Amino acid sequence: MKKLVVVGNGMAGVACVEHILQQPHEFDITIFGDETHANYNRILLSMVLAGEKSAEDIVLNDVEWYRSNGIQARLGVRIEQIDRSERVAIDSEGCATRFDKLILATGSSAFIPPIAGVDKKNVHVFRTLDDARELIAKARQGSKAVVIGGGLLGLEAARGLQLRGCEVSVVHLMDTLMERQLDATGGGFLQRKIESLGIRVFLPKHTQALLGNGRVEGLRFASGEEIDAELVVIAAGIKPNVELGRKAGLEVRRGIVVNDYMQTSDPDIFAVGECTEHRGQTFGLVAPLMEQGQVLAAAITGNAGRVFTGTAPAAKLKIMGVEIFSAGSIDESEPGLETVRYEDPALGIYKKLLLKDNRLRGVILVGDTSDERRYTQWLRDDTDLAPHRKHLLFPPPAADAGLEVAEMPDSEVICGCNGVRKGAIIQAIHQHGIKTLDQLKERTRASSSCGSCTGLCQQLLRAVAPEFQEKTRTTLCACVPFSYEQLREIVRGQQLKSVQEVLNVYGNRKGCEVCKPALSYMLDMIWCGGHDEDRSARFINDRVHANIQKDGSFSVVPRMRGGVTSPAELRRIADVAEKYNVRMVKVTGSQRIDLLGVKKADLPRVWADLGMPSGQAYTKGVRMVKTCVGTEFCRFGVQDSTRAGIELERRLENLFTPHKVKMGAVGCPRNCAEATVKDIGMVGQEGSWQVVVGGAAGKSVRKADLLITVETTAEALEACELFFQYYRENANYLERTYDFVERLGIETIRKATVYAPETEKNWLLERLQRSKAIAKDAWMERDAPVHPTQFVPIHAIGQMETLEAKR
Amino acid sequence: MSESNWTPITRTENIPAHEGRSVQIGGLELAIFNLGDRFVTIENQCPHKGGPLCDGIVSGAEVVCPLHGWRFDLNTGLAVRASLAACVTTFPTRVADGIVLVDAGRGRRIEPEAAVA
Repeated sequence: MKKLVVVGNGMAGVACVEHILQQPHEFDITIFGDETHANYNRILLSMVLAGEKSAEDIVLNDVEWYRSNGIQARLGVRIEQIDRSERVAIDSEGCATRFDKLILATGSSAFIPPIAGVDKKNVHVFRTLDDARELIAKARQGSKAVVIGGGLLGLEAARGLQLRGCEVSVVHLMDTLMERQLDATGGGFLQRKIESLGIRVFLPKHTQALLGNGRVEGLRFASGEEIDAELVVIAAGIKPNVELGRKAGLEVRRGIVVNDYMQTSDPDIFAVGECTEHRGQTFGLVAPLMEQGQVLAAAITGNAGRVFTGTAPAAKLKIMGVEIFSAGSIDESEPGLETVRYEDPALGIYKKLLLKDNRLRGVILVGDTSDERRYTQWLRDDTDLAPHRKHLLFPPPAADAGLEVAEMPDSEVICGCNGVRKGAIIQAIHQHGIKTLDQLKERTRASSSCGSCTGLCQQLLRAVAPEFQEKTRTTLCACVPFSYEQLREIVRGQQLKSVQEVLNVYGNRKGCEVCKPALSYMLDMIWCGGHDEDRSARFINDRVHANIQKDGSFSVVPRMRGGVTSPAELRRIADVAEKYNVRMVKVTGSQRIDLLGVKKADLPRVWADLGMPSGQAYTKGVRMVKTCVGTEFCRFGVQDSTRAGIELERRLENLFTPHKVKMGAVGCPRNCAEATVKDIGMVGQEGSWQVVVGGAAGKSVRKADLLITVETTAEALEACELFFQYYRENANYLERTYDFVERLGIETIRKATVYAPETEKNWLLERLQRSKAIAKDAWMERDAPVHPTQFVPIHAIGQMETLEAKR
Repeated sequence: MSESNWTPITRTENIPAHEGRSVQIGGLELAIFNLGDRFVTIENQCPHKGGPLCDGIVSGAEVVCPLHGWRFDLNTGLAVRASLAACVTTFPTRVADGIVLVDAGRGRRIEPEAAVA
């Protein structure tokens, strides 16, 4: 057996060893790592910092892996010296390990710029698991954290610290963020997004000194400006760890120099990862390092053939919810370059391609990276783009776009709600030259009801309509052609207080059944009820506070908080059902009782006789909190879910929401009231509550995401309220929480709610309280109708006696 | 055409702007709408599934049935979407001395052209 010694237990070194293990080899392998941890995924450190993953979650190779592959792992042991003539590696204890082949995978360290005061307490770098742990220990809710460095690592650290509750600022030396991957415009898009999440960005700022007496208290910029800081993270770049190679007499420039086989200037010594320099290039992103490992493994096992040619730098990242892709050369100074750009500031989408001689040289994508594969391929293959010039920024409809629908027979119903068959849609597309989904809806009514066939309809359009135009921006509707976000801005900025005002100024003055209820909701939410109410803009259900049925009668569902009722209530319900000839009494899926078939004119008296508040079953509002019997009776319950659920329902009832909100509270993880498939759920466990959001068990089935785990019922209720109000303010009308949570991502939501700075949380709660303070039980309109004929039918003053005779 | 026979229905303020109300006249169930500047009347029953059109949202001079979203032009009674070969009867409506009057004997029905798509 030959001895192979690997110096470095990081991602690059161990990935390379994994490739060696896949080949026939005759090595006895020893890996030295100066960190005491098994090999972990350094890229995910930011998620550990953010509390989204634990240290165990990011382990790539556990101790068992080393053992079962016969590898000796020497963790917490640092190699200090390599004696090339004796062929030994000498560790910090002075022990020598003999080798036949050696791999240097020493990685890189944080580059610490020469700033006065970097040795102060609470100044950290962010490079290792231990760094992450120290930061976690020091990050306090509301403490002021400053990250020096606006590159990838710095922004990730900033995000992690914000999720820990810190007030975070990012200080960057350059004019724009992530200037190595983005141009100024792209950096600007990213900056706006980050600032909108509550992180302050200072640039270009040269940090001159860290201030404070022993412990860091602030930063001074070269401009003289000072900012406060209780915690400073330096993420100003990395430098390859080359010392060991240099001392061993290997060729070293910025990194340890390797050839195309990853060999150093000593043919028995190889190097891989961030410590290397290949054709003048050093490395900081993971993808090329994995390729290096494969090449090295082939060469060291005697299968040299494949070479490492360096990779076009490509980075695909998601920073604070913003997708970014950057590949190739983004340097625009090269003569003869052509630039193709697309910008949509409202959606935060930016695309830029750099071309030369009809070939792609570089690409930057912000906000929408869905085309990344195409560009990577063009870069890699040096594709002649002449045939693609018309579709550079948006791909042409794929040839197989209609595959799923293509297999359906023409007789198959695509839209179940409106009974529209595939054949009818295709015929309509051809006959009427339909180009958009809206035209298709208008013409055939397909996908105009529940919308679950929208995808199929789009596929059909893509496949069949020669000039299909994808919707690029989601506007509320054709009457007011603005996005929800823009409309919210408009309503706030222009102080518009009524639906008609919005329609008059920004729309077609008419409005329709789509935009009127949406605007109604938006005004109510933005002005916390202080808007000019216009009942004609509401759907009939919201004018008479009952759910219209197919025969024009209504259903009545009284509020039964937590699904708990009493004999007296049940008697009243029974009496009402008999008195008003209710056609069906039905127990609903939300632990309540539905009285079906009530006439509009009877509604006020039905409500009065019931003596119970409205259950809001007819509206986009707070439905119920379904509960189990919790600790009161259940022998398994560990939290008083019944009481907690009733309290939650009391706090939120009578409020309106973008779509219905169903909630649940369970007293133990057996989850009898199905809280994990509710819009908001409280799941009791021993000593704590899990608050989960975005669950569904209807048209969509989705398990809710964990928002936070807290100890007390009060904290759990507050977390529910924070999410509830955030959803009210930021969801599009008719967007259920399960779509909302998927659209924004649970991380964004956590940052904006339970992990938001205290001040922001207080604002959210304050706005909720303001809305709640004027929210009323709608059924009290039985005593004070908004209009004399709200419920009372009109009887013609003079009946025409002759009509029948004349017929 | 038969001669005019106006039935006084109700005071104008009993029908709020941009809303509708139903009323029985003889054997007919009608929906009267206040369009802000004038009143219009159609039969109350949606030809699709019988939905109460008086409860629909008014969009300009159109009404949208609350049950399945069929949309009718309140001036002509014709279904607005080209795919729907449907219509409702319209009735002459006027206001005098603050009272809405409808001539239920002179309903007008424009039969739509043959269905398309």
